[in-house]
Amino acid sequence: MSATTKSKIKDISELNNIAKSVRLKILHMLTNAGSGHTGGSLSAADVAVAIYFSKMNFNPQDPSWKDRDRFILSKGHAAPLLYAIMAEARYFPEETLDNLRQIESPLQGHPCCKRLAGVEVSTGSLGQGLSVANGIALGLRLDNNPARVYCIMGDGETQEGQVWEAAMTAAHYRIDNLCAVIDKNGLQIDGPVSKVMNIEPVADKWSAFGWHVIEIDGHNMEQIVIALDKAESVKGKPTMIIANTTKGKGVSFFENKVEYHGITPTREELAKAVVEINNG
Amino acid sequence: MGNTAETKGKEQTALKKPKATREAYGETLLELGRKRKDIVVLDADLSGSTKTGKFAKEFPDRFFNMGVAEQDMIGTAAGLSLTGKVPFASTFAVFETGRAWDQIRQTVCYSNTNVKLVATHGGITVGEDGASHQALEDIALMRVLPNMTVIVPADAAETSSVINAIADYKGPVYVRLGRSNVPHVMPEDYKFIIGKAFVFNTGKDANIIAAGIMVDIAKQAAEILKKEGIDTGVINMSTIKPLDENVLLSVAKKSKVIITAEEHSVIGGLGGAVCEFLSENCPTPVRRIGINDSFGCSGNSDDLLNLHELTADNIVKTVKSALKK
Ligand SMILES: Cc1ncc(C[n+]2csc(CCOP(=O)(O)OP(=O)(O)O)c2C)c(N)n1
Ligand SMILES: [Mg+2]
Repeated sequence: MSATTKSKIKDISELNNIAKSVRLKILHMLTNAGSGHTGGSLSAADVAVAIYFSKMNFNPQDPSWKDRDRFILSKGHAAPLLYAIMAEARYFPEETLDNLRQIESPLQGHPCCKRLAGVEVSTGSLGQGLSVANGIALGLRLDNNPARVYCIMGDGETQEGQVWEAAMTAAHYRIDNLCAVIDKNGLQIDGPVSKVMNIEPVADKWSAFGWHVIEIDGHNMEQIVIALDKAESVKGKPTMIIANTTKGKGVSFFENKVEYHGITPTREELAKAVVEINNG
Repeated sequence: MGNTAETKGKEQTALKKPKATREAYGETLLELGRKRKDIVVLDADLSGSTKTGKFAKEFPDRFFNMGVAEQDMIGTAAGLSLTGKVPFASTFAVFETGRAWDQIRQTVCYSNTNVKLVATHGGITVGEDGASHQALEDIALMRVLPNMTVIVPADAAETSSVINAIADYKGPVYVRLGRSNVPHVMPEDYKFIIGKAFVFNTGKDANIIAAGIMVDIAKQAAEILKKEGIDTGVINMSTIKPLDENVLLSVAKKSKVIITAEEHSVIGGLGGAVCEFLSENCPTPVRRIGINDSFGCSGNSDDLLNLHELTADNIVKTVKSALKK
């Protein structure tokens, strides 16, 4: 019945432009809302834009189209990123972004699938998305549906035990219609991941768990697109893309700052940030 | 009002050998699997005990053993449901509801996914494994979650009926089953309907609202009380959420006392639910029979039921003291 409305974009500068637009939306939305997660929304922006616009089949007019590719934002606190992308893709009008975190809004503080069509599952409690992604991938496989599943996790998030249960499951059931990404920005709430609870060696751990691992610069659009294409060609095992990123990417005074995990720009900061992103 | 018992069915069922509800689950799941391709089953390394192993053997492609990983099992089940499958996820009640509670809250209830949580080894009659394996809090843990339906069948036949009913229902369901053999209490022609209590009979003096294995024990108590001239009704409240408020209201209006009987903590389970409803809608004296805010211990199930006074004698004693007789 339905088909994708957008053709896939492979042009790197076009993808970079979308990422810019998405970052601007994130910053405006968060400034308006006055609360929410800035750093982790910005760090995962390039990867998420590439997933949606260079890889995924979806139809904003028919969000539950059965052949759509699925995207799970396991690090649900980066909801502003998901909303910015969905606005960019015309799931809803851009003005809706002004309602972020307002009473009864479809744009909840963390994504809610019952309030916003196009969100696959509600997230916010870290460590659960990969299991759900596995389940969707297994269900698609049972139906011989060639759709693929994408899942973005935070690096701090991988401290959750359930992530490693899911890591085993994906390898055990040879789930190759799944591509997961770790947004490795090196920071969590209480400080650097290496200080709070070291997760290294990340690549070795995922390979040891039976995953195909690709490590990239998570802000280099060309590397991201190549990695996502490669992931699709890997058969018999799941793929993990370790995206080395900078928390707060794109706004110099937010970059690598632990404290910008969960605070939003002031009006003055927004004005400066907009200039930086437009010039970046 | 709920259904009413037919005497002719009663005698037939009493003759049948006692059977564990988990056995009935395994058989029904297999039949469902044969009829419906959308049924998938997950287990966490207990498929022999939960009886999902029967399904696994015949439908290996639709069975997922998740290993000893309950949290991942729940998330994976939610994911499968999002592709239109109807997942049944099983393990022991303690682990299903306790270990994976946040997963059930977030990806099953909040996302309102069509996941069927069917746990076995509920209650004290788990027996010898002891307190670590005896779920006495599971109903409270599940009942508090929005969108969740909570069901505790009384016998093997009711279990079959429940499993078929929830396969056709869209939304999260928790079903609590037991390990030990239980007598057949429901009449032959009984069919379970979600949210409908079964009224064996109503009493002018007391009415016992029971679930699970306590339904049979409540019936024994009512027989004893009847002989002593105390008119006592018995109701099988197998759906604990949503409660059958109509039945509850109508019996409460007629009773001097309501007794709740369950193989679960008196806090937060059937007794809690009944008290919450009646105190607001028809204040009636209530006595709760169940586990009195304690852990269990090892022992055979009969000894454990006696130790915790989940007995007909205790129900009789409680009714009499409430009626000051
Ligand atoms: C289970 C759970 N525990 C705690 C939190 C609170 N929390 C929100 S974000 C976060 C840190 C996450 O760090 P990371 O995964 O590295 O995210 P990012 O750096 O990408 O923002 C924590 C602890 C949560 N949302 N879920
Ligand atoms: Mg991080």
